[in-house]
Parts: sequence; structure tokens; C-alpha cells
Amino acid sequence: MKKIEAIIKPFKLEEVKEALTKEGIVGMTVSEVKGFGRQRGHSELYRGAEYVVDFLPKVKIEILLAEDKVTAAAEVITNAASTGRIGDGKIFILPVDDVVRIRTGERGETAI
Amino acid sequence: MIWKKSTIGKCALGAALLVPATAFAEDTGVSQGVFVANNVWMMVCTAFVFIMHLGFASVETGLTRAKNTTNILFKNVFVICSGLLTYYICGFNLMYPGDFNGYFGFAGFGLDPGADGNTALYADGGYTYWTDFIFQGMFAATCATIVSGAVAERIKLSAFMIFALVFVAIIYPIAGSWKWGGGWLDAMGFYDFAGSTLVHSVGGWGALVGAWMLGGRLGKFGPEGRLTPIPGSNMPLAAIGVFLLWLGWFGFNGGSVLSADPELTSLVLVTTCLAAAAGGLGAMISYNFVSTKPDLSMALNGILAGLVGVTAGADVFSPISAILIGAIAGCLVVGSVIMFDRIRIDDPVGAISVHLTCGIWGTLAVGIFSENPDHSFLTQLIGVGAYAAFTLVCVLSLFAILNATIGIRVPEEDEVEGLDVSEHGMRAYDLHTSGTSLDAPLGLGRS
Repeated sequence: MKKIEAIIKPFKLEEVKEALTKEGIVGMTVSEVKGFGRQRGHSELYRGAEYVVDFLPKVKIEILLAEDKVTAAAEVITNAASTGRIGDGKIFILPVDDVVRIRTGERGETAI
Repeated sequence: MIWKKSTIGKCALGAALLVPATAFAEDTGVSQGVFVANNVWMMVCTAFVFIMHLGFASVETGLTRAKNTTNILFKNVFVICSGLLTYYICGFNLMYPGDFNGYFGFAGFGLDPGADGNTALYADGGYTYWTDFIFQGMFAATCATIVSGAVAERIKLSAFMIFALVFVAIIYPIAGSWKWGGGWLDAMGFYDFAGSTLVHSVGGWGALVGAWMLGGRLGKFGPEGRLTPIPGSNMPLAAIGVFLLWLGWFGFNGGSVLSADPELTSLVLVTTCLAAAAGGLGAMISYNFVSTKPDLSMALNGILAGLVGVTAGADVFSPISAILIGAIAGCLVVGSVIMFDRIRIDDPVGAISVHLTCGIWGTLAVGIFSENPDHSFLTQLIGVGAYAAFTLVCVLSLFAILNATIGIRVPEEDEVEGLDVSEHGMRAYDLHTSGTSLDAPLGLGRS
């Protein structure tokens, strides 16, 4: 089992979700985060004084998958979330020790 | 036959309106009907000026950070409550001492309408003694509210409360007596129709001294002239606040006619609104030289600037003069905001620029644009100087004493955490942070 963490631009969330659903991946956890990579921030002006906004809003999607589905899922996310411009985001793939379904107590891949 | 109470009441009112009419006409030239109309207008204007407190509360909340909102609002609430009460106790009679030496007089504690106070004899049939008190009382409190914006986010609550008490109870009324109370500046021909000088510049001087003595908020001014803006928390509230203030100005200027005189009151509403509009546009245009991306808060300040600017002579300016005065005020406020940032005086809401800079401009504008030939630039300048000197001396002393005794600025940790938590022990937003709320277990109230 693996976990995918994808950091994407907020307005791309709907597109990514639809694409994943089409692929058969239906569960996910979404959170609002801030961050920057090599993109850095941009500057804004308030009453004549400049300030730099370093941390840009992003969305993090977390998905649990069987190992054989990971490559396909990563490709789907990449295609849906990409704009071709700087700041598109990143995908992290992590190993997972175990999964538990709280309602039934099931463990392992059947609990995904 | 049993007469209904309401019928008897209506007959009595009708009789009251008719019977003394002839008597009043002989004494004052003002009929009872006109007296009633005048007084009603003045009372309505009193309510409009009260609305300015909603406006101030909203603007100050909108342009400061959420962690200090409770504190800002508490200061505003304190000012209107204590201000009206001290005006009752002594303020009114310090401001209107009757016959006095022109510099300082006091007509006694509390209120006393006297025999004629609530008749048309009191103020040429313009309003009653009670109306006079409450109308002027609303003005008095706005003076300290001006200061609260400039000292926001770092002043110690106790210091501010003491300052506001003394400012509204003593300093403002004495200053006001020099012109509206019939004092020496009034005798000299100085003119301030509705308070550009007496309310706005006096409040503005207080704001300047407060902001200067406190120093800038943490993080605002860095080494080598570095300037980090501290944006406000709620632009909708700031905008609504300015519209409420504009609405309040209908009474602030409309009621300063001191009667319901059709020509004067309607002219005043025109000059007031045109100046506000011109101020907004003037600020938008002049800020465009700073950045091509229009700043909403500057436009809002511009509207207020225009209003403050026209207030000294809304009844003696032509509409075209009012537009010019408003537009210039709008440009001045933009320059002033940027200038105060450059000289490292931190004014979170632009109060000093709106009320002091444009209050002085409005006062001087009377000497330039007034339709009344008795008004002179020199006299207006003397007035500006006199109020500057008096207010500065009083406020500097007051703040110095407070600073030396209880201190005027909160400790750094308190300022960082937010005055809501440190001074009040409560928040304005996300009140459910204890984890017991079923809807918002993490205190993240907005789901």
C-alpha cells in the first residue's frame, strides 16, 4: 500500500477530483495549505507600502492506494493539475504500514 | 359621552400648536410650528451624528487586525458612553459657559434648561436646551474616537480610557468654547461651521501625539527605512463604515445650521455630498501616481477627507468650491498617509491624515473660498495655530503623565498575541477554541 500526497493549485482541485474518480479512485482527504517552491512569492501594495507574499495558498490531496495503482494515479493527477506554469505543485509517494476501517475494523488493502 | 384618550390628546396638541402661536410670533418671530419643525430636524440630525459611532467602529475594525478587534470596539463603546456622561456632568457647560472672559468659563455642573430653555426663546426657535445638549454631546464623543484609530493595536486600554475621559470632558469643551461657545476666536471672526477645526483637527492633534509617543506597531518599521504594511482584517466592514460616516455627516453638517432653514440645510447637504464624492475621486486619481492598482482603503480615506475638508464652511461654500475643496482634500490625504509612514509615525487607519491634515485644510479653505466677505485667511490661520498650540500642550502633558505613571503601551508579548486576549481575555472571532464546541472542535469556526 502507498500514500500519495499531491500539492496542487487550489483552482485545480475539482479537475483532479473528477479525473481520479474516472480512474476508479474515490476516497481522498483534502486540506488547505500554504507553501512555495522555487516559485517564491509575489509582491503586493497596501496604502503605498510594498510587502512580499511568500506563502501561496495550495491544496493538499491525500490518497491511499494499492501499490499497483500508484503509477496510473500519479499520471492522472499530473495531467489534471498541470497548467504548464510555475507553481503547479508536486506529488509525493510514501509507503504505508497499515490501514484500518474504523466502522468495521478491517485492515490492510480491503480497508482502502 | 366618553372621549377616547387619543382624541383628547390630539385636541390638546392641536390647541397647543395654535394657541401660543401668536404669542411666539411677537416674542421671537418664530411660530410654534416652525419651532417644532426646527427642533425635529435637529433631533433627527442628532441621531445621524450618533450613526457616526457605528461608522467609526466599523472603519477601525476593518482596517486593523482581527486579534485586536474586541479591544478596538471596546474603546469605541467606552468613548460614547463616557463621553455623553461627562458632557452631561461638565462638558456642555465648559463649552457653552454663557457670558465669560472668552478663554475659560464654566456654567456649573449638570444641566439646567432654565425658564426659557425649552421654548423658542432659547435659540431663536431653532431647538430646545435638551436638543442642544444631546446634539453637541454626540459631537464631543467623536473627538476621542478619532484618536482611538491612530493609537490602535498597541495602546494600553487603561491609558486610553483615562485619556479619553480627560480629552472629551475638559480639553475638547474648552477648545470648543473659543468659537462655538462665543469665545475669543468667535469674537475675532474665526469661522468653523461644523467642526473641521474644533472636532477634527483637535482630535487629529490628539491622534498625532498619541501615535508619535507610542511608536509604531511591532514589525511595521524596520532598519534602513524599511516599511512593512500591516493590512486590515475586513475590507467590507471598512467600506460600510465609511458609508455610515457619510450618512452621519448629513446630520453633522445638516444640523450645524442649527435650524431647519430650507435654503441653508439643503445647500449644506449638497456641498457636503459633493465634497465627499470629490474627495473619493481625488484620492483615487492621486493614488494612481503611487500605483496603477487602485487601493480601496485610500479611496475610502478620500471620501472622509472630502467630508472633513468641507465641514468648516459647508454653509458658505458654493457647490463648485465644495468640489474643489473635496478633491484637494482627497489628494492631500493620500500624500499625508504616505508621508506619515515615511517619517515613521504609524497610523493604522489614516486618522491623522483624514482629520488633522484635512481638518486644517478645511479651516484654511474657509479663508479662501467662503462666500462671506467677513471671513479671512489670516483669521483662519490664527485659529489653526491657536488650536494646535492648545491641543498639543494639553495632549502632550496628558500622555506624558500617563506614560510616566501607568505607561501607555502594552508589553511586546501582549501586542504579538493580540490585545483581545491580553487586555480582554476574549476574542472577537473564533470564540470556540476550547474544543468543546461540537460544530468546531478545533475552533475553526468557518466550515
